[in-house]
Amino acid sequence: MSAPSLARPRSKDGGPVRQPRSRRRRGDDSTPASRVTVVGLCAVAAVYFLLPVYWLIVASTKSTAQLFGSSGLWLSRPQWFANMRHVFSYDHGIYLRWVVNSLVYAGAGAAVATLLSAMAGYALAKYHFRGREAVFNVVLGGVLIPGTALALPLYLLAAKVSLVNSYWAVLIPSVVSPFGVYLCRIYAEASVPDELIESARIDGAGEARIFRTVALRIMTPALVTVFLFQFVGIWNNYFLPLVMLSNPKLYPITLGLTSWQSFQDRQPELYQLVVGGAFVSVLPLMAAMVVLQRFWRTGLTQGSVKG
Amino acid sequence: MAAVHRRTTRAAWGFLTPFLVLFAATFLLPIGYAIYESLHKNSLSGPLGLGGSHTVFAGLSNYSRALGDAAFLASVRRVLLYAVVQVPVMILLAVALALLLDTVSARAVRFFRATYFMPYGVPGVIASILWGFLYTPGTSPVLALAGHAGLHPDLLGGGSVLWSIANIVTWEFAGYNMLVVTAQLQAIPGDLYEAARTDGASAWQIARRVKLPLLRPAIVLTTVFTIIGTLQLFAEPLILKPVSTGISNDYTPNLSAYNSAFANNDYYLASAKAVLLAVAAFVLSFGFLRLVGRRGGASR
Repeated sequence: MSAPSLARPRSKDGGPVRQPRSRRRRGDDSTPASRVTVVGLCAVAAVYFLLPVYWLIVASTKSTAQLFGSSGLWLSRPQWFANMRHVFSYDHGIYLRWVVNSLVYAGAGAAVATLLSAMAGYALAKYHFRGREAVFNVVLGGVLIPGTALALPLYLLAAKVSLVNSYWAVLIPSVVSPFGVYLCRIYAEASVPDELIESARIDGAGEARIFRTVALRIMTPALVTVFLFQFVGIWNNYFLPLVMLSNPKLYPITLGLTSWQSFQDRQPELYQLVVGGAFVSVLPLMAAMVVLQRFWRTGLTQGSVKG
Repeated sequence: MAAVHRRTTRAAWGFLTPFLVLFAATFLLPIGYAIYESLHKNSLSGPLGLGGSHTVFAGLSNYSRALGDAAFLASVRRVLLYAVVQVPVMILLAVALALLLDTVSARAVRFFRATYFMPYGVPGVIASILWGFLYTPGTSPVLALAGHAGLHPDLLGGGSVLWSIANIVTWEFAGYNMLVVTAQLQAIPGDLYEAARTDGASAWQIARRVKLPLLRPAIVLTTVFTIIGTLQLFAEPLILKPVSTGISNDYTPNLSAYNSAFANNDYYLASAKAVLLAVAAFVLSFGFLRLVGRRGGASR
């Protein structure tokens, strides 16, 4: 990717600086009319993005009959607690199991992926050795490979070593993040000063110790971004668990809900369960998006500006 | 000095090895295996094929089967048509939202930006389930409102469902792409705007002449990832299939590969399709990068 001729603001230690957001440098000279137009357009977009969420909140309070028999925009005989009880008790509480599975896949997968990416990115940024650029280019090529093209051969390979239909079948591919390595390399290059590493070496610290006590601490903002990316990526993934898992007890939420959805024609109560289950799984992550979105921006600035 | 260098080189490979081993196992090996499988086929031996089956080299016959399959070719054409519309719409919307938010007051920005970004946390299958309800007459308040106005659009029919899918994907990722653009926007030094304003540029001119050219890297990045995502289209059509009459078993190349493998147990053909998909993603995203790279070089 072509690097832009952008002067990026740097702090004294060479790390990136975040610009104050609230500075009103932008709309100073705009007329009231144009300001109203802009806010109006933003509001229209907000309605578009919120509509399905609003519908979901309203629908999660309804019975299957009311789902089809009343307006989707208003409450009608709300029975939210009964619905939630139903979601969590149906089929011996399998839904809760799916929630736990999703948390295990996404949580453990993202944590390991972050550590591996940090180590690899740091090595690629701060050490000079033969083959470094070749390794980096191969990893970068991995970013461009569609995940779904890999899932099928991964399944065939996993079948050969009897790993299909196990936690490992989903976990192992989830801990590899070429994009994470890319982000970590760029961040480490820009923010971990060579002098600091050198002086730690002179003080007699080993390479592993320098990584643990110096590099990891400085790289924390990038690590948070990599973790979040990978967490959401695994949480939202569907194709990989779909091909790997056949035992419903191992399903993540995505797979579980679609298994309910595929039976809802024969068993209409499942309509209400699908909606309730979607509600429970979507709201916490949406809230997390809102709270954590600035971490995405920090990491993305690194990724896109230097990209 | 040489000793130090040896020590650091060893450390570097030590840091790299865990990642590289797993990368090889989950990226390089599957790619190699898919290529291998795509070049083989099952052959039955003995009278009536009852002597058992074994794998034999098949040359490029799986590829010619895939490329000679009218339904597979139709799915490729469908996804390309979809990409030609979806990619520009997605990127234009993301850039427009980022530029709009760049002129709004700080407090409103926080609310709007969070709202636009929120769908990124919704898995594609759940987004498809939600929009599926909103596309179905009987559960959709939008269609009910349209009905009052005398409109009865069929959002799930053969002609329209592709664009209903495009809407789901746009809803999911426009806010995320907007955030990438916003990140770049905030890295632009404020004095550039001051200078432009002193020269008498309007807000619109600043957006067009100053911001847009500087957003190039972010736009390139989001475009590449949107292209790759577009070719992988799978979950959305699969989830909408039960409620739509317009979605076939090989509606997209990915669905086609999936069904070759799991409905027909033809892993060789499925591998050929997966390889074709990966090659197409590579060629298109590399091609795009080359294209903008050359043009960018000329303008500088």
